[in-house]
Amino acid sequence: MTGEELGEELRELKELRAETSEGPQELRDRDETNPVELAIEQGSVLRLPEGLVLDPGDIDVEFGEDETMIINMGPQHPSTHGVLRIMMELEGETVLRSKPVVGYLHTGMEKTGEQLTYVQGATNVTRMDYLAPLHNELVFSLAVEALLGVEAPTRATWIRMLMTELNRMSSHVMWMATNGMDLASTSMMIYGFREREMILSFFEKTTGLRMNHDYIRPGGVAADLPDGWEDDVMAIVETIPGRVDEYDEMLTGQPIFKERTEGVGIISPELAVAMSATGPILRASGVPWDLRRAMPYLAYDEVDFDVIVGTVGDTYDRYAVRLNEIRESCKIVRQCVDQMPLGDYRVQDKKVTPPPRARIDESMEALIHHFKIFTRGFEVPAGEVYTAIESPRGELGCYLVSDGSNKPYRMHIRAPSFVNLQTLPPLLRGGLIADAIAVISSVDPVMGEVDR
Amino acid sequence: MAATNAAEMAGLDGLASSDARGQEVLHLTRDRYLEVATALRESGFEMCADLCAVDYLRHLNRPLPEGVTPERFEIVVNLLSLEHHQRVRLRVQVPESDPVVPTLFNLYPGTENMEREAFDLYGVCFEGHPDHTRILMPEDWEGHPLRKDYSVGRVPVQFKEAPGPR
Repeated sequence: MTGEELGEELRELKELRAETSEGPQELRDRDETNPVELAIEQGSVLRLPEGLVLDPGDIDVEFGEDETMIINMGPQHPSTHGVLRIMMELEGETVLRSKPVVGYLHTGMEKTGEQLTYVQGATNVTRMDYLAPLHNELVFSLAVEALLGVEAPTRATWIRMLMTELNRMSSHVMWMATNGMDLASTSMMIYGFREREMILSFFEKTTGLRMNHDYIRPGGVAADLPDGWEDDVMAIVETIPGRVDEYDEMLTGQPIFKERTEGVGIISPELAVAMSATGPILRASGVPWDLRRAMPYLAYDEVDFDVIVGTVGDTYDRYAVRLNEIRESCKIVRQCVDQMPLGDYRVQDKKVTPPPRARIDESMEALIHHFKIFTRGFEVPAGEVYTAIESPRGELGCYLVSDGSNKPYRMHIRAPSFVNLQTLPPLLRGGLIADAIAVISSVDPVMGEVDR
Repeated sequence: MAATNAAEMAGLDGLASSDARGQEVLHLTRDRYLEVATALRESGFEMCADLCAVDYLRHLNRPLPEGVTPERFEIVVNLLSLEHHQRVRLRVQVPESDPVVPTLFNLYPGTENMEREAFDLYGVCFEGHPDHTRILMPEDWEGHPLRKDYSVGRVPVQFKEAPGPR
């Protein structure tokens, strides 16, 4: 669909809205509204106390002939990706205002993070975004290392890059699967899980766990890559592109899929930036912002990859961005395999990382270090730091404050899903309720990360 | 990294600033919060990447640049310039007796959820916020759980002998 056609459609929508009970009302041109007013007007904030919705008898119906209806979706709806609840104000089948209600999975992980030492911290953060656990561990480890003034060895950096890119692939493939399920393409769901399984088995072989690995730790990674890892990784990157081509064939040109996604849930680049949206949402609207390219961390400035950008900013573009990011991640993983340096997989500072198991049997000092690290942990100099990386969902940040003790004084995770959820009201606005499913799915919220 | 710092870009002077592991931090009082944020927004920091609160109850003598009076709460705002690939961090001192700061919603609509989270977990109020309610905790929850004087809840775990096969 071209931009003009979309504009045409938007204009029609606007005209539909202009028919009110007071007669047709003329609306000003969209360009004249400033972004803030627009955000409020588009229902970023549904200013209705929750109590009113819970007790329908209390709602003052002042809508006259064109009555609107408030319905509640979730928190146990199969297409809300967990326990997301959305209040939606409908007129007929058109969504007017909406409000995501979150917190059903809140377990106080930031508070827990203040009770755990820096050594234990990674086990906590890895449980936030359970589809991209390695990214969470990475951002926490980078923050701790920045405060410590320790730099991970080159091999650790490349292992981290290899693992997080594989994780990005598994996360996007998982998204393709759930998105397929939401749009009634059940085969896609089966295929997505099949491909994810390949990557998860490699994770299991390397880290010992399929999820919540605690593999990337301050100072490096927990263990070196297993023998024969090149073959496993090459098997993955040789299979996945072919499979991605299959998805492409199955969905990209498929009329039903296109009908359901094209022109649905459009966000302009200005609004996306104003709403602090990052990741595929921002890139699909045409802003080439990827932290891997814009503010390189690890060794992303040494590998070759493209930043995928959309044009319209609709659900279809967000799908296309993620699909192609799988291909780009494959490219990065291949380069990691080719360029993987030899050397240590964690820093040899025995105050930060434990000594090798074999040393404990022969050295008293090694035993003491081992004991100290796993009971008391290490002290981190006082200070504060904010590190950010590009997770599959957007900018994942960690704000860490240390008071000089062995536990973080404050550990705040800037969760991309939490911030991206704010774009739902403008995305849903003016669309059909049936499209809401496609739009919610395209935002890719992970509730573990939203609620923390 | 851009060569000039954010305060220079925005033409701000008389601000206490510090360097946190190579990251630029500006220290503010509440009076200049909106003014500084507006100036930074106009000089290219178009995205508010993150906003959170910190409770310094047990770490009041933290290192701060000269001239900054430490208060119990701090609002920490991370601004991002997509054009200059640059970040700047604002640390706003908020006293315990009157934990109110103006909202950034009118400058950065994306702070809506973040400010609600800071209010929910720390009890810092944001004047002018369009939806000033709890976001993560239940609506009728008492207290603000991430404050340092809010104790950690514990569930006692009793370890028992594993039951037999029958």
